[in-house]
Amino acid sequence: MSKLTLETVGDSNIVVKRRFDATPEFVYRAHTEPKLIQQWMLGPEGWKMPVCINDARPGGKFRYEWTNGKGGGFHITGEFLKLEPFARIVHVERMHLPDATPDNHIETRFDQDGTGTLMTMLMTLPDPKTRAAMLATGIEKGMEASYVRLEGMF
Amino acid sequence: MKATLDATFSALADPTRRAILARLAKGEATVMELAGPFEMTQSAISQHLKVLEDAALISQRIDGAKRPRRLAKAGIEAMDQWLAMLRKGLEKNYERLDRVLATLNQQKEEPQ
Repeated sequence: MSKLTLETVGDSNIVVKRRFDATPEFVYRAHTEPKLIQQWMLGPEGWKMPVCINDARPGGKFRYEWTNGKGGGFHITGEFLKLEPFARIVHVERMHLPDATPDNHIETRFDQDGTGTLMTMLMTLPDPKTRAAMLATGIEKGMEASYVRLEGMF
Repeated sequence: MKATLDATFSALADPTRRAILARLAKGEATVMELAGPFEMTQSAISQHLKVLEDAALISQRIDGAKRPRRLAKAGIEAMDQWLAMLRKGLEKNYERLDRVLATLNQQKEEPQ
């Protein structure tokens, strides 16, 4: 069962929605407290986040670093623009691969939904070209995974 | 079959061509419409389009003097694949987050 929805909206937006069985306070804290972030924001199997520094206040900066333990890694830097505990986070971020990608502006809302929380993440890329490039990066990752599967087949 | 697979992989190896596919996922576009946002000359775009067409990732339609390009079946499958990968990566994260939240819920019910 996949509770996640992901869709492109307009020319340069991506919207992700997901429901959680916990209060907005807990979901919000899991997005802002490094000790909690490091337990789940890890991406594919086998990756870790050894560095998770954030200054969760308006204007505060953050830096998250990931490694796959085999020499592969990248990091994200960003700034918090608005923090409304436990309802809303607005921040900008960019990936360093190692060149910085254009800024991704992200508004994350945590709305009470019965006894749980509906999280809505609205990503705004600077322009359609950037969103296309970002999504295209996903093709690359998809192709890598396909290569791995192909290798496994022969 | 192998030749087609090789052509697909090499067509997708270039970031501009992947971006063109991502653009065409939104709907068909002419060479001129593609050249604008990518800040490339029409002839450079045309070369990329030829590689994508040879790999059967895109096709063209005849509309008077225009030749709008659109995703072909293989191109649509490639786009579906990235969406699935992105979704899978996020879903993995959120399954872990479900467990983190379950622990927080439990701690709340059993105050120390």
